[in-house]
Amino acid sequence: MSHEHRLRFKTLVMVLLMVVCANTGDLMLARGMKQIGNVEISFPGLRHALLSTIQSGSIWIGIFFLIGFTLCYMTAVSWADYSFVMPAGAFGYAVQTMLAILVLHEVVSGKRWIGVVLICVGVLLVGQTKPNTTNNTGPAAP
Amino acid sequence: MTRVILMLIFFVLCNTGGELAMSYGMKQVGEPKSFRPIALLRFVWAAAQNSWLWVALPLLAASFYSLLILFSWAPVSVVIPASASNYIVGTFGAKYLLKEDVSFKRWLGVVLVILGVAIVLHTGGH
Repeated sequence: MSHEHRLRFKTLVMVLLMVVCANTGDLMLARGMKQIGNVEISFPGLRHALLSTIQSGSIWIGIFFLIGFTLCYMTAVSWADYSFVMPAGAFGYAVQTMLAILVLHEVVSGKRWIGVVLICVGVLLVGQTKPNTTNNTGPAAP
Repeated sequence: MTRVILMLIFFVLCNTGGELAMSYGMKQVGEPKSFRPIALLRFVWAAAQNSWLWVALPLLAASFYSLLILFSWAPVSVVIPASASNYIVGTFGAKYLLKEDVSFKRWLGVVLVILGVAIVLHTGGH
């Protein structure tokens, strides 16, 4: 296996891990908060929510997965270009919606799916931008 | 529904503000000289003395807790897609605060994200 193929393969594995960690993390946070119930915006309500989140196993598992996501993301962008890693972030919105249906049994209408697809395409376009547009710090051409 | 939109705005402002402050502060601190434990400790000490980091941390903590509150109020299939509003605020911040050159393609992306978030929120935030 050539160096380029090896790099592509390990980056793809890391991107896959990144998506799994991000989606699992968000799902666990959502599950934990559903168990805690509606948070009231008042001093006692927020204090109760804060104490409940600290004691929630699901929330800690969610945080653990989100730390895993950050580590995988940092590793992936250190191996490959941002433009190669970024589309995974855009499609994450669709994957998350799918998981919400499958794992949390949420009902998602066709209209909401249209919104999700527009967001995915929009995020993809926003990400396809030059990494530096404000200054040219490289050496001058000879 | 109104409270979901208000909390979403709070989340996006805290998140974008926190990330901007963190990015600005870390640029002032610079990168670690090596990955030896003593160099990493020096790096953490230098970062802890940067005031922008202390602006970023409470903002990022507030954004995390507002996301948790949103999860308690609305379905995941609404909260996560709607959190893409970060890209809208981020692009306006890049254009008007950081004076970056924002391409037509990026503006088109922002318009699609605005439309998508509006549709997702319209389908129910409870």
